Amino acid sequence: MLKRLRENKAAQGTLLALPTTFWLFFLLIIPLFLTLVISFGQRSPDGNVIYTFSLNNYIRLFGYSTDCPAGQTSCFDPLYVQILWRSLTLAFNTTVLVISMAYPLAYFIARAHPKKRNLFLFMVLIPLWTNFVIRVYAWMMLLRKEGAINIIIGAVANMLHIPFTPFEMLYTPGAVLVGMVYEFLPFMILPIYTSLEKIDNSLYEAAADLGANAVKTFLRVTLPLSMPGVVAGTILVFIPVMGTFIVSDILGGRQVILVGNLIQRQFLDARDPTFGSAASLILMVMTLVVTYFYTRKFGFGEEIVAA
Amino acid sequence: MASEFAVEMRDIVKRFITPEGNEMAAVDNVTMQIKNGEFFSMLGSSGCGKTTSLRMIAGFEWPTEGEVYIEGVAMGHTPPFQRKVNTVFQSYALFQHLTVYQNLAFGLEMEGAKDDEIKKRVGHALDMVQLTGMDRRKPKQLSGGQQQRVALARALVKTPDVLLLDEPLGALDLKLRKEMQLELKALQQQLGITFIYVTHDQEEALTMSDRIAVMSKGKVQQMGTPVEVYERPSNKFVADFIGESNFFEGKIKSLSKDEASVFIPSLNAEVVGMPVSEGLVKGEEVVVSIRPEKIRITEKDLKNTNLFHARVTNTVYIGADTHVYLDVNHAKLKVLEQNRISRLDPKSFYVVGQDVWLMLMPENTLVLKKD
Repeated sequence: MLKRLRENKAAQGTLLALPTTFWLFFLLIIPLFLTLVISFGQRSPDGNVIYTFSLNNYIRLFGYSTDCPAGQTSCFDPLYVQILWRSLTLAFNTTVLVISMAYPLAYFIARAHPKKRNLFLFMVLIPLWTNFVIRVYAWMMLLRKEGAINIIIGAVANMLHIPFTPFEMLYTPGAVLVGMVYEFLPFMILPIYTSLEKIDNSLYEAAADLGANAVKTFLRVTLPLSMPGVVAGTILVFIPVMGTFIVSDILGGRQVILVGNLIQRQFLDARDPTFGSAASLILMVMTLVVTYFYTRKFGFGEEIVAA
Repeated sequence: MASEFAVEMRDIVKRFITPEGNEMAAVDNVTMQIKNGEFFSMLGSSGCGKTTSLRMIAGFEWPTEGEVYIEGVAMGHTPPFQRKVNTVFQSYALFQHLTVYQNLAFGLEMEGAKDDEIKKRVGHALDMVQLTGMDRRKPKQLSGGQQQRVALARALVKTPDVLLLDEPLGALDLKLRKEMQLELKALQQQLGITFIYVTHDQEEALTMSDRIAVMSKGKVQQMGTPVEVYERPSNKFVADFIGESNFFEGKIKSLSKDEASVFIPSLNAEVVGMPVSEGLVKGEEVVVSIRPEKIRITEKDLKNTNLFHARVTNTVYIGADTHVYLDVNHAKLKVLEQNRISRLDPKSFYVVGQDVWLMLMPENTLVLKKD
């Protein structure tokens, strides 16, 4: 029996994939299917799911409303479309900002003395030792009206005898953006670093030898060769930002509601799992579509494995 | 051309700080003049300063002292992209994200050449290295030998005044390497471009070069034609590094302008009429160098004054030649016998313990300074 298994490569593969397959089947495929079924259902007045085939939840997500001014039976309510759009643009802005901050740092680390590189990478990873939620709360302490930033600016203004009213930074879209950028920065630095570090020094010399100055070398050699890292980082940042609700919950309050918050509230506050399920699926489809077009343009980013 | 010399290195010193914090001269007071159209090799083992010298000509490193001139112009701190030299890298350094065509076009685009001119010149360069039709491939889809040709073509397409080659054939297998050596030499003669070639392979240097600079410990030990460095090495290091040599210690008994007679204790004989290297004086302790292929073995005592009795201690058959190891009085010696006749009978070779006579012709020896 064991001998036969040793010779049968296909059986070996199946055996190795079995645990994960079970896991994914029961904890991903089936729940996803249930979500789909529930999203076509209706909420009963007491908060239970009535299983039917209705597209009402989806229609509602895209603006159909029955809660209208007097005299109208239906009208357009942009609330949910706005939430979806806000999530998408926030994820896009976060990704762009994170790339623009992570790339120079990754470049700096990759070109640093080999002995120092590990120290720098270690420093990039240190924040990840602290719980995600606690780190977001730390930003709350920094940004709020009586927070560290306002205290320091206030003290400086006081010394210079300038009148100062504390900035309202917390519970703004900006606060959510800052929090997102902060949380996801390491996930962009690492893959970009990995791809930059792999570029052999002789390639820079070859470019210079062939007549390219520093700018042209960067644009024609460094950047294209590090694109797999950028792509991998983008996937690692864009997808979670689309779905996360903790950052917006803590730093955005009731002002900045993202699709993640919407889903969470449907399940926990509004007790409407059917609408929550529909929103979850729309989020998934949006993420898939964006990722699909992005990877088709830039490749899949082999660095995702290395990172 | 502006200058007689394509490249000139004047009193070049390059110092590095070692990881231990010590200062070390990788290149130590090197002066070289490389003529236009010459195939010039820098030969030496790793760490001799040959690659550092090449990198200073390319502009990747700047000399600590001294000056590099290209076509008579002092280079100072001119960056690589402003020097009219191009490099073929040891690792090829091909751009993996670009096709063969784009790799070659890269340098021309940097010059601001027009598309149709680029197309013409790239096509011509690919023909030259026999890679026609490969222009759409990525470097990874080529064999090692083909990648090497792409690297060569990428440098040549820029029509540099001087082409720098840093052990370009090092990664190829022996047979391909020999083919490429001859091809490179033919290409250089056809194009008339100055080639500066760095290698640790003495045979490669001898095969291709017009002149060779033999380097060791950051210094040029000897500069000369392949024949000069092989037949008239200027010191023991060169005699040992280029080819093989038997060395005997001795003392100069008498000395004329270009000949000496030397008493060699281990042979218990005074050999007369031996060629000398420069700077020797009478009575000096010297080293006599004899190439293994320049000694003849006879089985009969011919009663000649230059004949020495010896005993075979080992023989190694290596196909074209047989290496015969011998004891002469108290010295050990190696002789290289060509296998000019096809033989199978082991008795027809020299056997261990056999008594033989060696014929050392004085004109085939060389008297060198003791280090």
